Amino acid sequence: MKKFTELTAIAAPLLRINIDTDIIIPSREMKRVSKQGLSDGLFANWRYTEPGGREENPEFILNQDPYRQAQIILTGENFGCGSSREHAVWALAEWGIRCVVAPSFGAIFQGNCVRNGILPVVLDNALVESLAGQVQADPANNQLSVSLRSCELTGPDGHRHGFAISPADREMLMEGLDAIAVTQKRDDEILAFQARDRLRRPWVSL
Amino acid sequence: MGRSIIEKIWDEHAVADLGDGSWLVYIDRVFLHERTGSIALKGLEAAGREVRNPEQVFCVMDHIVDTLPGRTDDTMMPGGKDFIQTTRQAAKAAGITLFDLGDDRQGIVHVVSPEQGIAYPGLTLVCPDSHTCTQGALGALAWGIGSTEAEHAMATKTLVVKKPKLMEVRFDGRPAYGVTAKDMILYLIGRYGAGAGVGYAIEFTGEGVRSLPQEARFTLCNMAVEFGAWTGLISPDDTTIEYVQGRPYAPGDAHWDQAVAHWRELATDDGARYDQQIVIDCADIVPQVTWGTSPQHTAAIDTVVPDPSTETDHTRRQLMERALEYMDLAPGTPLTEVPIDAAFIGSCTNSRLSDLRAVAAILKGRKVADGVKAICVPGSGQVKKAAEAEGIDTVLRDAGFEWREAGCSMCFYAGGENFGLKTRVISSTNRNFENRQGPRTRTHLASPTTVAASAVTGRLADVRELAPGSEAAGE
Repeated sequence: MKKFTELTAIAAPLLRINIDTDIIIPSREMKRVSKQGLSDGLFANWRYTEPGGREENPEFILNQDPYRQAQIILTGENFGCGSSREHAVWALAEWGIRCVVAPSFGAIFQGNCVRNGILPVVLDNALVESLAGQVQADPANNQLSVSLRSCELTGPDGHRHGFAISPADREMLMEGLDAIAVTQKRDDEILAFQARDRLRRPWVSL
Repeated sequence: MGRSIIEKIWDEHAVADLGDGSWLVYIDRVFLHERTGSIALKGLEAAGREVRNPEQVFCVMDHIVDTLPGRTDDTMMPGGKDFIQTTRQAAKAAGITLFDLGDDRQGIVHVVSPEQGIAYPGLTLVCPDSHTCTQGALGALAWGIGSTEAEHAMATKTLVVKKPKLMEVRFDGRPAYGVTAKDMILYLIGRYGAGAGVGYAIEFTGEGVRSLPQEARFTLCNMAVEFGAWTGLISPDDTTIEYVQGRPYAPGDAHWDQAVAHWRELATDDGARYDQQIVIDCADIVPQVTWGTSPQHTAAIDTVVPDPSTETDHTRRQLMERALEYMDLAPGTPLTEVPIDAAFIGSCTNSRLSDLRAVAAILKGRKVADGVKAICVPGSGQVKKAAEAEGIDTVLRDAGFEWREAGCSMCFYAGGENFGLKTRVISSTNRNFENRQGPRTRTHLASPTTVAASAVTGRLADVRELAPGSEAAGE
């Protein structure tokens, strides 16, 4: 998995609440049993003029310069709600997004982010809107800096904003760890738990 | 101090405290489907990893399979065959149980799992599908995950999970005539918002919940995720235990009494504490219908399309304006004057036998309005068989509904079958997102009885104004 430590990048404001994973990638864009080749379908219903088409909609922010180079998305509450499809995160990552800043996230989406090298940053809505305002004034130069070392996001105005992330998620992102390999180090504990549980709840084994 | 069922199940499955609220949690059951499970199985295989307890992993074909009679591996969705065949091959290689096409146990994962007794009280159960919370209605801790997490659960029998905050949503009193579990959950989401449950596991309590039969409880828990919740559940009681007994994968005679005693202890104690509590009086709930593009865009059927200019929060106002533009609705229009093009009954929310019985009671002796395309997709092969034994299929066909094979069908548009450009659909499903059921398709969510009534009138309908069909036929 791609490591995340620090990032300074263009941020694209998509200030709307409840952006669901159907919007991030419509089901019809998940064409193969693969984690690759999904960025083409990212935000397809907004990004292209016709459903299923590929003619760019010039009004959509990620079709505009310099936002085409954005690696950060600033957005509204409950981003990534809805379907569990991890394809939403695979599509964002393949397109080049490394960090999403929102007041809250859909739980499954948030979990999928940290397993795929995307940092979800939770900041309150007023702050997200203020950052969006600064970015929009001069998007190419008013970049955001995110440090997972210090768990801080620095706005174009130089103000630093701390954010919270669980130690397990932080380590996974910073080290680019494979979560299964990390858990397998505790295999003795898991097997001991399973043996105890079989005595306690014998009906659960099939 | 009393403890809630959520804390009890959590403690019983906690393998290790990983610090700062994260735990390694033991997973009893994993369920997969061909849409997101295929990639998880393929991922495991590619990494050279094995499924630790394949006898506790199940898989079903539901998301992409066609639902027309005579279906095969070929799908209307381009490339669907690859998902089906990859899943079949990988399921066989991994040694897990697959409910495949042609097996009458096949159907929608959240219908099949309880029906087969795979889900029951006290279990942790995960599936790479957001509506896994449906199965919480049996008093299980069941939640949706990503495909990578599914690999983790299969390889290690555990997941790393942040301990959720606890919310009680209590429904006082009993729902009135015409008001279903679907109306209860839509009302909750409409009143508090689609993000109000973020970070919470929700326990549904109160007389309004206790009075619901088991199948209606699945409907209630199904849409906990549309409230933003990590999951939702209901403490087990006699209704739950009667439902589970005798099902193929449920505890057998050897352990039944021991299991039931354990489940009764898991039920929430008096005086349990929650981080947040919401109390709803069922008397305030009338049949609901959505008018926008989020499940929070819900209104009572006997009201009008809301006016965004009355919304003070500018973000919400913008969303409302955009939703009304997408839905092509004008503020102030009475909802029962909105004409529909299509009606859909199905999905993990509302496709069980009791749903179809209620629909048949409305449709008996009636006809679908001219020009309305009406489709019913039973939740599983078992539901279909039971409905046909009661003649429900005949009632629906006579009324003008198509009667399909089990599957998710047009709950979502995967590039194949859909309702068509800008079609207005009344639907018993769970998501009215933009383009969810087809290109620019306009979805109105409602209970299956409201869908049936609307199919008959050709407009969004107040089901309370339609007497059961058998009475109408006798007039």
